[in-house]
Amino acid sequence: MNLWRYFLGRLLGSLIVLVGVSILIFGVARLIPGDPARIAMGPMASAEQVELMRERLRLNEPVVVQYGGFVRDLLRGDLGISLYTKRPVTSDILSTLPATLELVIAAALIMTLIGVPLGVVAARYRNSGVDRAANLAALLGVVTPSFVWAIFLMLVFAFALDIFPIAGRVSRSAELPPTITSLLILDSAIAGMWPTVLDALRHIVLPAFALAMGGLGTAARLTRANMSEVYDRQYIQLARAFAYTEREIACKYALRPAMVPTLTILGLDFAIMLGNAFLVEMVFAWPGMARYGVEVIIRKDLNGIVGTVLVISAFFLIINMIIDIVVAYMNPRIRFQNR
Amino acid sequence: MTPAIFNSRAWYRYRSEPLAVFGLGLLTVIVLLAVLAPVLTPYPDHAGRFVDFGNTSQPPSSRHWFGTDLVGRDVLTRVVYGYRISLMIGFVVLGLAAPLGVTLGLVAGYMGGRIEMIIMRVTDVFLAIPALVLAMAVLGVLERTLINGLLALAVLWWPWYTRMVYNQTRALRHEEFVVAAQVVGASHLHILFREILPNLLPSVLTKFTLDLGFVILVASALSFLGLGVEPPTPDLGSMVAEGASYQPDMWWLPVFPGLAILLVVLAFNLVGDGLRSMFGEGR
Repeated sequence: MNLWRYFLGRLLGSLIVLVGVSILIFGVARLIPGDPARIAMGPMASAEQVELMRERLRLNEPVVVQYGGFVRDLLRGDLGISLYTKRPVTSDILSTLPATLELVIAAALIMTLIGVPLGVVAARYRNSGVDRAANLAALLGVVTPSFVWAIFLMLVFAFALDIFPIAGRVSRSAELPPTITSLLILDSAIAGMWPTVLDALRHIVLPAFALAMGGLGTAARLTRANMSEVYDRQYIQLARAFAYTEREIACKYALRPAMVPTLTILGLDFAIMLGNAFLVEMVFAWPGMARYGVEVIIRKDLNGIVGTVLVISAFFLIINMIIDIVVAYMNPRIRFQNR
Repeated sequence: MTPAIFNSRAWYRYRSEPLAVFGLGLLTVIVLLAVLAPVLTPYPDHAGRFVDFGNTSQPPSSRHWFGTDLVGRDVLTRVVYGYRISLMIGFVVLGLAAPLGVTLGLVAGYMGGRIEMIIMRVTDVFLAIPALVLAMAVLGVLERTLINGLLALAVLWWPWYTRMVYNQTRALRHEEFVVAAQVVGASHLHILFREILPNLLPSVLTKFTLDLGFVILVASALSFLGLGVEPPTPDLGSMVAEGASYQPDMWWLPVFPGLAILLVVLAFNLVGDGLRSMFGEGR
């Protein structure tokens, strides 16, 4: 019951932030120097054509009316026409978003499934060689930009050792599955096309690791720090006195409270990965949102820029909300704090 | 005569962390290299508009430790000059963002009420957009000049300081020393900057140091995407981007600038961690 109230409150809070984000992005887009319609139509367009474009972009109306129209269109899923591809921004984004999501999800899995256990082991064997090695690995993960990781991984594992493919999402010769979720690996698995699944997995390994390295380091360091703190608590000593095995203590008593603060930061890392995906996709020629995003920015395509930033922010908010709810589920103190 | 700082308790605590000492050494080397670049680099004129088509794309050798680029410029020289611009970006961006963020956080945490609500909601909005994407958007609509790049980064960095200072100020605002100052009639300004702020300086300074590295990292990402400093100014991120298209044959083009970014961020990180344990916040 209370979890529902918490959920609704959180949903409302996220919506308010999303409205703020839309105002901010709308405002940023209006910072553009010069006449957006003229930029859109190019220097060869006639004055009438530019005037027509001004009408279409609602540039002749007051800013508040412009924003109102922008929100009305947005609610219908209409982000306007991309001035660069001349197609609706919504369809442009929808056609490239799944590849980016697939990459980010793979990276998030790597970050969690390797980073958290690494932190657990480091906390369990504090100040041992394992701990120091994990710490160093975590540090290198954090301080190296993801595009540098991408280039290093590519040089070593694709060019020198030739274990993984150099670029792309899937081999040109691979059979493509019917589109269901738009996530290539998942779709191929549903269709039972295992050679394609394997091929796509081989393609995603390097970009996903390049993207995950930063978050992986943070995850390991945080888990280690939070778990060390829990290990110093008396109830852990009590559990030891009752002769619970170290594995039981680690999994049942130490990890769960340590995960609560860790999860929140992992949500933030997810946001950082959505941004960094741009960098990694450029290196590995991954067919995601990056090329489109960079292209619209360089061409000053107003609708394209607004759409791209808005979609990424919406995803970020959704992920954070999910994380908050999971945290609330794990930690009763948050669930009941409003009573 | 050793300066007083080296005899202090703080220095003793800092010194006990080997990694922090290593970081400080690394940072000193990087800063010295950057400051003394015209004297130390082998080919200072390669930092600008220079071409030597008889000497292009040479692999690392004793004459060019990091090799030469596509127009025959010494990569080592350009990496060292790249540090100059990186460090400048770090200090200018945080020099703008940190004071703004700290002030807003102090005001929101101390005043409470409607002011608190407005400041913190705006902060939430800024924090809801991935930093890199927001900077890209701002640079997308503005002219791509160095000043605008610095402003874009500052615009996305202040909310982190606001949130941190806000949380700490809220914890302090009912402490006795604050109440005491209120009772004797101290002004808000005095309480904020003379009573509360000094307590927060250790964590602000720690974050500032760590962030210097991360600002450099994000700035290099922006220039990697082609939104950075205009050529021919040497910039580490754009050097990696340029070189990326010529790997694996000319691996030295992206690898050395990439390592250079890694090292400067690492140095600031280690020093930041050292400061944190020096101020006794470490675990």
